[in-house]
Order: sequence, then structure tokens, then C-alpha cells
Amino acid sequence: MTEQRTPLVEMKNISISFGGIHAVDNASVDLFPGEVVALLGHNGAGKSTLIKILSGAYKRDAGEILINGEPVHISNPRDAKGYGIETIYQTLAVADNVDAAANLYLGRELRTPWGTLDDVAMEAKAREVMGRLNPNFRRFKEPVKALSGGQRQSVAIARAILFDARILIMDEPTAALGPQETAQVGELIKQLKREGIGIFLISHDIHDVFDLADRVSVMKNGQVVGHARTEDVTKDEVLGMIILGKVPPKAIAGPGAMQTA
Amino acid sequence: MANTTIATPSSSTLKTQGSALQRFLQATEIDTRLLGMIGALLIIWLGFQLTTGGLFSGLFLTPRNLWNLTVQAASVSVMATGMVLVIVTRNIDLSVGSILGFVGMIMAITQAKILPPLIGFDNPATWIIALAVGIALGTAIGAFQGMIIAFLNVPAFIVTLGGLLVWRAGAFLVISGATVAPMDSTFRLMGGGAEGSIGATASWVVGVIACVVIVASIINSRKQRKRFGFPLRPMWAEYFLSVVGCIMVLIAVWVLNSYYMPVNLAKKYAEAHNIPWPEGGLQIPLGIAIPVLMAVGIAIAMSFLTTRTRFGRYVFAIGGNPEAAELAGIKTRWVTVRIFALMGALCAIAAAISTARLNAATNAQGTLDELYTIAAAVIGGTSLAGGMGTISGAVLGAIVMQSLQSGMVLLRIDTPLQSIVIGIVLVMAVWLDTVYRGRAK
Repeated sequence: MTEQRTPLVEMKNISISFGGIHAVDNASVDLFPGEVVALLGHNGAGKSTLIKILSGAYKRDAGEILINGEPVHISNPRDAKGYGIETIYQTLAVADNVDAAANLYLGRELRTPWGTLDDVAMEAKAREVMGRLNPNFRRFKEPVKALSGGQRQSVAIARAILFDARILIMDEPTAALGPQETAQVGELIKQLKREGIGIFLISHDIHDVFDLADRVSVMKNGQVVGHARTEDVTKDEVLGMIILGKVPPKAIAGPGAMQTA
Repeated sequence: MANTTIATPSSSTLKTQGSALQRFLQATEIDTRLLGMIGALLIIWLGFQLTTGGLFSGLFLTPRNLWNLTVQAASVSVMATGMVLVIVTRNIDLSVGSILGFVGMIMAITQAKILPPLIGFDNPATWIIALAVGIALGTAIGAFQGMIIAFLNVPAFIVTLGGLLVWRAGAFLVISGATVAPMDSTFRLMGGGAEGSIGATASWVVGVIACVVIVASIINSRKQRKRFGFPLRPMWAEYFLSVVGCIMVLIAVWVLNSYYMPVNLAKKYAEAHNIPWPEGGLQIPLGIAIPVLMAVGIAIAMSFLTTRTRFGRYVFAIGGNPEAAELAGIKTRWVTVRIFALMGALCAIAAAISTARLNAATNAQGTLDELYTIAAAVIGGTSLAGGMGTISGAVLGAIVMQSLQSGMVLLRIDTPLQSIVIGIVLVMAVWLDTVYRGRAK
């Protein structure tokens, strides 16, 4: 990966604080097309907060966001979607009491010429997309509440890719899933990567994401400890970054790195 | 995408297993909860019929009582359809009874005090102006309360509790507690009664139109499913639903047409229309009352709104998971404002029905209606936890409440005892619903 290319997303010197606590302090991360960047850190390290700024759920206090090199304004989830940024939240933000098709199109419903909901068309498209992602999925008529964790996850992912996302944010995508479903999500991530979609994977568990990611960015106490390409570092070294903030020789240190001597 | 296998809609969604009843319910896709409610209603009706004089001579299942029942349930039913949306989004509206009182008072003042000096007494436009003023005012009050809830983050319970006090006092203050009467003669048609009913012929026409609509919508839905190759209901189920739907409509029309004008009213009617008074008396069927027609129309419109439009979809999505709805880019605050505005408009229509029926507006009108409205919605299966509820359920809930009341009146049960029974039924209904939901999981 040549560093001369324009990153798909660049978040520069982002800060946000809640009531005097610096949840994110001067953090910078970037993401290239077709790349998977894992954002790692303990619970409360600020990774989810940082990414929620990108997806429009929070407004930043300072810093800037560039998409394809252009500075952009993201002040709510609608803006983010306008730039092709789709998010799959840790809590699986699906509307529990409506069916899969309604969830896929939530906020962007298809309508008939009379302005009413075109449920049949939405269900047809949902069947197509879900068939691609998870051919075993059959329960189109039931509220999402009745589905298993993996099925809900596939609904959330289908929802993201249905609208040609260019940037996908996955917050703990496999936290709620069993081993088989986790493998399924892994396959899916590789498939999306081949299509040139940039993916941010957020996790506090390095084992979940190390094999999927091209690069890791580690956060600690709201600051970026450093960045590294996964082929340059070992899992133990990354763990050292997460726990101690100790930056291995081949990684690039950030403002949150442990000061040696 | 590399892998483009399209899932063929399999017929496994229509599983054919279980008992004959399960298979029947699966094929017809009838909502079992709704079916249960209709069953409960029939049991209540039958119970009152037996206790008021036996199966064939009881007082409850008479055209007269059923006709009155439909008229009495109309006002609460109209408000209950709006309350469903309010409760589905995890809010509550305690102010509907007071809004009804206040708006009803303003409508009465408009037609009895303000308009006559301007456009003359009994001007044909009076009723429409009064109704428009009422709906505009109701919508504005609702929107105002909704904005406080949505943008100032005051809980709906508190805002509408405030509204309950404010609008009730408002109804008193605007005219210093006086009762305003009489209403405009056209406006009064909205209250039902002998004048405010559409008669036998028109009732049959309405019934036939309803049947045509039922059949057309079943055909249309089948066509839509075919277009995308979705599993279809078996043909016998389609016929069954069409026939049962039409028969139910026609029976309802027949019952309402079997209630004849009381003798003294019929005499007046005969005099007015120059009909000679025959020996055995004149039997003039009343047919469907106008307030009932309004309530049915509103129920259909609200059902359409909740199931077929974007707004309705958002209401349910917000109820299921407000955070997810917000993250999906739905303007949840504005949806809340619109729900409360709609609730206000429905209160105004209910106010028109009840002031027209009473032929007067009093400052106590609609007292406790908020509780009947909420009870109707909740008995109708609207979940206070949000996200669940149907308009048809709420209308049935209103009919159940009204049936209990009028049945107990027929049994000459004292008012305090009536309240006790209704209170117990409300708790039992919600408990049964909880049990049902627990088993459905």
C-alpha cells in the first residue's frame, strides 16, 4: 500500500470531551479503499466515541474529517450516510419490532407512485440481499426481535451494504456471535474488502480482528498509542500497545505512546 | 458482488404442520390476538344477553342496544386510534379528555356565540367553520405539547398531566363555567340520533362498498405477492377471508338497519315529510349513525397511516428502539411532534362528536376520557413498553369498554360497582396479554 494515495477517510486531531473528561484527545486515524483497519483498545479507551464522531452520532469539539481528501461536515447520521459511511453498532442498532425488510430500508423506504410504502418491493430486494449474505435466512415476516444474534447481525450488515457503502464501520461486529457466525462475518468482511470498501473494525479483543485487519490503530485513555501494519507486529506486541501503551519498533508512535526515559 | 445467488423464496414460510386449527390460522394469516379479542367480546356480549333475560329475550343483543353501543363508543374509539401511536412510541397522553373539553367548548362558542352575528343563525357553513376551528386548535395544542416533549425533553407523562389541568381549567375560564347550547343543526348530525343517521338505503350502499373494498384489497395483495413470486395463501383461504369479511359487514349493517325510530320521533318525521300515520305505526330504520361512520372512517385512515406510510413505519421503529431509529437517520423528534399533533386533531373530532351528541358544551365534558382512551388502547393490545399495537385492536378495545358499561347499566349495577368492574377488567386484560406474549416467545 503506497502512502501517496489519498486516504478514503482521514480523521485529523479529533477531540471531544464530555463534562471535562477528554473521551478522545487529539486522535488521528486514516483508512484506504479496500483496507481493513482495526481500532483497538480497552473498554473506555475512546475508540467507540471516536468512530461515533465519524458516523455522526456525536459532534466533535476539535479536529477535521477528510473524505477522499476533501474536508466534510458531519453533524448527524444522515450526513454520514450521504458520504457513504455506514455503521454497524455494537448494540446492533436494529428496530426490534419490525421485520428484516423494514429494517434494511429504515429511513430510506421504497415508495409506490402514490407515496405509500412499497413493502413488496422492499421484501423482494431484502430477499435478494439477504440471500447473498446469509442464504439460510428465511424469516422475512417476523420481527427482528425473534431472530438469533447472527441473523440480526446479518440484517445489520445487509442494511449497511444495501446502499453502496464505501466506508463501513463495525463496532464489535462479532461480540454477540457464536464461532460459526463469527467465521461467517469474517468471510463477509473479506468479500466487502475485495469490492474496495474501507472498513473500520473496532474491538477490545485483539483475537477477534487481528487476522482480518491490514493495520491496527491502538487507543488508550482517549489518545492514539500508535499505528502498525499487522504483518510488522505480533499479537503480543499489539497487546503491549493496548495494555501499557508501549510502542514496538516497527510501529508509528502516536501522542498516547508511553514515554520511554 | 462476486456471489450473486438469489435466494428463491421458499414455501417453508408457510409451514404445514401442527393441528388443523394451526394450519387454518397459518393459511389465513389471521392475527390470533385479534381473534382472541373478538372471542372475548362475544363472550361479554353473550354473558350480558343471558343475564338480562336469557338468550332470546335478553336486552343486550337487541338492535337498539347495539345501535346505541356503536354511537357511544365512537368518541373514545376516535381518540384511541391516536393513543395507539402515542403509546407505541413509549409516550402517554393524559390530556386528551381535557383537550376534548376545551376544544369542544371553543367549537360551541364559535357556532353559538361568534358566528351567528357574523353569518346568521343556522348558516350552512357554520358547522364546517366550527369543526375547522376545532381541528386547527386541537392540532395546535397537540403540537405544542409534542414540542415540549420532543425538544425540551420533558417526559410526556408530566407535560400531558399539566395539559390535563390546564385545558380543563381553560374550558371553564373561556366562558366562566357556563354551558353553551344549542349547537348548529347541521353540526348536530355528527352526534348521531334519529337525524344524524343515514337511513337504510344508504347504509346498505355503504355495506356493499365495504364488501367491494374488502374483495378488491384481497385480490390486490395476491397480485402483489405474485409479482415478486412470494408464497401465496391457498385459494380457499382467500375465499374464506373474503366471504367472512363481507358477511360480517353485512350483518353489522342489517343489525343497525333493524333499529327503528322511536314512535314519537317517527311521528314527527311523518309530519315533516307529509307521510300519513299508518295503523300499526311507522317503522323507519335508522341505519348507520354519522358518528359511527366517522369513527370507522378514521379507524381505516389511521390503519392506513400506520401500516402503509413512512410515518407509520417510523412510529413503530421508534417504539421498538428509539436509538436505532435515530441512528437510521429518522428525525425522531419531529415524528413525536406529529404524533401529538395528530392526537390533538383526533381529540377535536371526538369533541365534535360528543358536543353534537349532547347538543351542548360543558366544562366537564370528556372528564376521565383519557383513562377510557388509554384503557381501550391497552385492552386492544397496545404495549406500554412500546413498539406494539394495532388500530383495529384499539377500536375493539373501545367497544369492549363500552359494552361493559352499557351491559352493566342494563343490569342496573351501581356506578361505583361499574368502575370496580372496569378497573378489574383492565388489569386482567393486560395480565392475559402478558401471558400471551410470554408464550409467543
